[in-house]
Amino acid sequence: MREMIQMVVVLVVLGSVSGGLLAAVRNGTQDKIENQQLKFVKGPAIASIMEGASNDPITDRFKITVGDEEKSVFVGKFDGKPNAIALETYGKGYGGDVGLMVGIDMDTDKLLGVGVTTHSETPGMGAKAKSDPSFVSQFRGLAVQDAYKVGADGGQINAMSGATITSRAVCSATTDAVKIFKEKKSEIEAKMQEFK
Amino acid sequence: MAKTLAQEFVKGLWEEVPPFRLVLGLCPTLAVTKTVENGLGMGVATTFVLVCANMLVSMLRKVIPGKVRIACFIIIIAAFVTLVELLMQAYTYPLFLKLGIFIPLIVVNCIVLGRAEAFASKNNVIRSVADGLGIGIGFTLALGSLGAVREIFGAGTITFWETPIQLMPASYQPFAFMVQAPGAFVCLGLMLAVMNLIGSK
Repeated sequence: MREMIQMVVVLVVLGSVSGGLLAAVRNGTQDKIENQQLKFVKGPAIASIMEGASNDPITDRFKITVGDEEKSVFVGKFDGKPNAIALETYGKGYGGDVGLMVGIDMDTDKLLGVGVTTHSETPGMGAKAKSDPSFVSQFRGLAVQDAYKVGADGGQINAMSGATITSRAVCSATTDAVKIFKEKKSEIEAKMQEFK
Repeated sequence: MAKTLAQEFVKGLWEEVPPFRLVLGLCPTLAVTKTVENGLGMGVATTFVLVCANMLVSMLRKVIPGKVRIACFIIIIAAFVTLVELLMQAYTYPLFLKLGIFIPLIVVNCIVLGRAEAFASKNNVIRSVADGLGIGIGFTLALGSLGAVREIFGAGTITFWETPIQLMPASYQPFAFMVQAPGAFVCLGLMLAVMNLIGSK
């Protein structure tokens, strides 16, 4: 009986001490990890969209609440004033969610460009959405509109051959981003004043 | 015949070097040694876990009841592995991306549990730390050398801190087989053979 109690006590104490320690470390490193992820995973997509911006869009960011989740909005400065934003949305791809960074020019209401951040699409097929810029470059300069569709669905985007599902995912993620932008436009504009 | 502290440390470097002599911990050895940098990074992470786990297991060896010792060891090891994972994400993110799933898999690396069970639970703290450090450094060197051979022949370069150094002449055609999974087995086999040859003399 004594041995039983000792076993339980030792396991409980060990478990809770290590759990507490890890929770503390996680709290301490959370901000740093978020910065690193932004820099290495989202950074390249943001940099390609905001090419020529005079600031660092990764550090100049704020959060907006969409539904019940928080989204980071990255601010780009062109010609000395903050007039471009980028935000990340997700579309349902062939191998799971496709993360997409969507850049919007606030002055002209046009897409600055889109870039894939995370995905698990088939290499050589859907994965081209990230590695081959010719597909995503179709979005550059398009006006902000209600929906973006591939040609097969009656839209203006040429789907990548052999990767219609991935192409649709990119389109629907862009549609979502534009929808958020339209809904939250006044809030975004107000928050962007801080970056002047 | 008790070994001295120095002997406990040194045995991990040659006599009992895990992947080559004990043929333990082969999963990370084969999977992450595509480049020297990956191999060394994996080795350092494993060494940290080994030393910390050995130390804690040895400190608690009189408290841990025999019947649940394996469960206790795994809790300790898993805690340190998660700690390493968080720290790597915070400070060396590119390396973390490359090693990926193999960092959490250190938990099931039989070297770590093996040293806790076979050594740390029977010896005092200082000897356990020396043992962990020796085995860990041996493991790191083994992974580093395997990574070096595979990278030099497979890509013609040696990479440190993200900067590749070209070792082979420009006309060298990379022997891509070496950086693929079968190349890892062949390479490991050849290194085992060389070590046995040296050891048998």
